[in-house]
Amino acid sequence: MTGYRLPTGGRVNRAAPLTFRFDGASFAGFEGDTLASALLASGVQLFGRSFKYHRPRGLVGSGSEEPNALVSVTRGPGRFTPNLRATNIDLYQGMDASSQNRWPSLKFDLGGINDRLGMFFPAGFYNKTFMWPRSFWEKLYEPVIRRMAGLGQPPSEIDPDHYAATYAHCDLLIIGAGPAGIDAALEAASTNQRIILIDEQDEAGGGALSDPSLWPWLERSLKALAASPNVTVLTRTTAFGYFHDNFVGAVERLTDHLADLPEGPREKLWRIRATDVILAQGAIERPLVFDGNDTPGVMLASAAKVFALRYGVAVGESVALMASHDSGWNDAFALAGAGVSIAAIIDVRDAVDDALLAKASALGIAVRLGHSVIGVRGRLGVKAITVARNDGSAASDITCDAVLMAGGWTPTVHLWSHSKGSLAWRDDLGAFVPDVPNENVRCVGACAGTWNFGAGVVVDVLPTPKDPARLKAFVDFQNDVTAKDIKLAVREGFRSIEHIKRYTTNGMATDQGKTSNLNGLQIASTALNKPVTDIGLTTFRPPYTPQTFGALAGHAKDALFQPTRKTNIDSWAEEHGAVFELVAQWRRARYFPKAGEDMHAAVNRECRMVRSSVGIFDASTLGKIEVVGPDAAEFLNRMYTNPWKALEPGRCRYGLLLKEDGFITDDGVSARLAPDRFHLTTTTGGAARVLNMMEDYLQTEWPDLNVWLTSTSEHYAVIALQGPNARKVLEPLVEGIDLSAEAFPHMAIREGTICGIPTRLFRVSFTGELGYEINVPSAYGRSLWERIMAEGARYDITPYGTEAMHVLRAEKGFIIVGQDTDGTVTPFDAGLDWAVGKKKPDFVGKRSLARPDIVAPGRKQLVGLLTDDPNVVLEEGAQIVADPNQPVPMKMIGHVTSSYWSEALGRSIAMALVDGGHSKMGQNIFIPMPGKTHVAKISSMMFYDAEGARLNV
Amino acid sequence: MILIHCPYCDEKRAELEFAYAGQAHIARPLDPSTLSDEEWETYLFIRNNPRGRHHERWRHIHGCGRFFNAVRDTVTDKFETTYKAGEPRK
Ligand SMILES: [Zn+2]
Repeated sequence: MTGYRLPTGGRVNRAAPLTFRFDGASFAGFEGDTLASALLASGVQLFGRSFKYHRPRGLVGSGSEEPNALVSVTRGPGRFTPNLRATNIDLYQGMDASSQNRWPSLKFDLGGINDRLGMFFPAGFYNKTFMWPRSFWEKLYEPVIRRMAGLGQPPSEIDPDHYAATYAHCDLLIIGAGPAGIDAALEAASTNQRIILIDEQDEAGGGALSDPSLWPWLERSLKALAASPNVTVLTRTTAFGYFHDNFVGAVERLTDHLADLPEGPREKLWRIRATDVILAQGAIERPLVFDGNDTPGVMLASAAKVFALRYGVAVGESVALMASHDSGWNDAFALAGAGVSIAAIIDVRDAVDDALLAKASALGIAVRLGHSVIGVRGRLGVKAITVARNDGSAASDITCDAVLMAGGWTPTVHLWSHSKGSLAWRDDLGAFVPDVPNENVRCVGACAGTWNFGAGVVVDVLPTPKDPARLKAFVDFQNDVTAKDIKLAVREGFRSIEHIKRYTTNGMATDQGKTSNLNGLQIASTALNKPVTDIGLTTFRPPYTPQTFGALAGHAKDALFQPTRKTNIDSWAEEHGAVFELVAQWRRARYFPKAGEDMHAAVNRECRMVRSSVGIFDASTLGKIEVVGPDAAEFLNRMYTNPWKALEPGRCRYGLLLKEDGFITDDGVSARLAPDRFHLTTTTGGAARVLNMMEDYLQTEWPDLNVWLTSTSEHYAVIALQGPNARKVLEPLVEGIDLSAEAFPHMAIREGTICGIPTRLFRVSFTGELGYEINVPSAYGRSLWERIMAEGARYDITPYGTEAMHVLRAEKGFIIVGQDTDGTVTPFDAGLDWAVGKKKPDFVGKRSLARPDIVAPGRKQLVGLLTDDPNVVLEEGAQIVADPNQPVPMKMIGHVTSSYWSEALGRSIAMALVDGGHSKMGQNIFIPMPGKTHVAKISSMMFYDAEGARLNV
Repeated sequence: MILIHCPYCDEKRAELEFAYAGQAHIARPLDPSTLSDEEWETYLFIRNNPRGRHHERWRHIHGCGRFFNAVRDTVTDKFETTYKAGEPRK
């Protein structure tokens, strides 16, 4: 028995008992307890095993600074949360919690063998040992380390909870609702400012919650704030990061403290933009560094006070204090006042304030000045301590079951540092305090270094007569870093605290060194014989405490991870069994399998029907830009590689768009509707990029041009009708347009109506067949589609998807930008010389086409491939070599960009980028694949109807 | 998340409304064909990487759509000023 529930006191509701489980055993607590306080009240001292040495560990703190007591809480499938600090878990009826990093049990842990080997795990051990040989790392070290070291298990099931997010704007954001934060809020509340006051704990009050004399004030103040309509108080809300321009991220925990989960989100992410910020985050007490200071039962004096006065729990039956600061004395007196037995007060200082001595004497507490704890007895919990004079003499034992450490205070400057405010060293505090702000922010209370905790001295390691090399005096409890590790790092040549930190891992655990950074700095300072300010300060980064991925992801998961864009015709495709694929953010029908068909069979049938009769395809996702204005033709002439000024209204042109570096970035067929109006199309994925690029040139290079660009991608539904019977299907439906070949040739556009709907009717083809692309206002897409399907029934009209579209275009050698090009392909590389206006003096990218590397021989060029075995369909991305018998690694001369089974040709076809490909027509190249090397002949990309006879009908 | 002042909207808006658009004040040569390879290379590829004041372009892409110029400190990430395209370098 160690800790126990005091008969009275605390803010827990003794009329509301709760039961819960920890490592399978049943325990009892009260409403208002944390998991830590309830376990402590039940006599539990052992909370976990340390990261590296698996040493038994107990509570050090009482709040978010706690480094040791990491536990997992489970509340049903998918609701498993590891690595929670027991001191931050609000107890509820039926809680099921367990300890971590132990096997097979918390009290008997095999990993503890690491502790006996401890002298072999010095600083930098991982870096030094696990570097060679490589196979040892993969097969031995890494799996073993994963099993033995580490934190809690990751959850194994999908989180069924959902998480909300909100934006908030305020004039004043106050972070920390202790006395300083509450005072600041009260002062501002009388103005009409919008104020948000947030605190990570379950109730506002901070340090006042463990000072009963302040409770009446606290109650009054919170009532006043609640009555102020301009003040929002958020509890259980952690401000985890402070970003540019007073933008603060905070997570509010909505349900984790409830026994019965309600409907609604588990957590809410607050994104707060504040005109002014006040940080009132308080300060964290510093542990003292001495041999055995990690034994369960050794904890911060301030934590013991919180447990006694806020939760009504004594941390031990006989408690010793080891102090270097006055605050510990006052905490011991408060504990004595609450009925906790104080075994002794030991202070490293030779003299302290007389008032403290008088008070101790009045309470009958034995005092030893100029003494230090030099050892702790007990492995799973403190049984006694050995103290000695600072010169090492007069060692004696004191029986106790808890040791309180009072090593002074560290202002909580994490958020201040996130905001890039500078820090100043205060020798009297032995700590960094906020100095020059970088945002509209100020610090108040203890986090500004203004506190009334009394005075103290800063010691790095308590004096001890023991061999320093054998001390187990911990600095970072969570990462198992000792004082000698830091000294070793200095001996090995590390000088900057940033390097010492990474070498030793001090301060790099999930607690980000809340209790260890300053002690580590002091030890390094002494070892280097340099002032702390010369060694530097490590950087604090968000998050202040670990946050759930759920809170950060919010609604952006599953179907809402990114928007799915659907065309007006999408619902028809879904109803007719389409298999979909995502193209950019568009959902597109890939193929329409009939009963019993696999993809191959469906695509072959779709291709066959387009070539033999007529196919229908939803091309609505094509990017569309309306280019309007007196200088529209001049503008396009400067943007695209080919000439546009002479294009007659009513005619279309294939446009090739380069970046200024000369490489292809987009293409598409565009139409001139009127002298001052063009209808551009872009690739599905390139629409936004092309519009941005055009806007850039128009706004910043050629602002003198009178041109307007408007994205119309989503304003038109586009139905492609392709195949020899396309005209026959269309004829009965169209009014006001002569569809005859003479009146409406290939690469022309006409305006009229179809089924009474106004249309821009393109005669274009991405299949090599007679084809039309029917543009109608989006909302008419599906109804027109159904009318065309009905009209085409007598020709067995066949809907086809993107897969057949790819096959059909590849048979004609039409490229897909982004598949057959990769950002390093010029028009010449792609065999598109014909699309470059040689006589044009300038266009975007023209000058680059004369760059030395672009005109040099041996560039990768786009060619067709025909495999020797017509049944082999090469894998897209497969690498190509000139000589399959060369030694490995072979010289690769290119790769396959597109590859399909061509139903029209009854064989496979492919496209590839090959070094100097255009000059290798008819030559064999080789594609080594696992198990077999394929042979293919370089050919033209025009595999089908090279003369275009099928188009001009 | 930075607040950026759009000189066209004359409003400070959140960074996520904007898109970065590279170094500012690099005018496209009026007649690229007269440039040597070296001059063209400099125009295409050579950019400043200063520690401190950086002239750069931003676009209020989810707002008014306009490109504008800015001076941002690359150390502090603070915007010194923003101004309209076409105005002289600040
Ligand atoms: Zn704007």
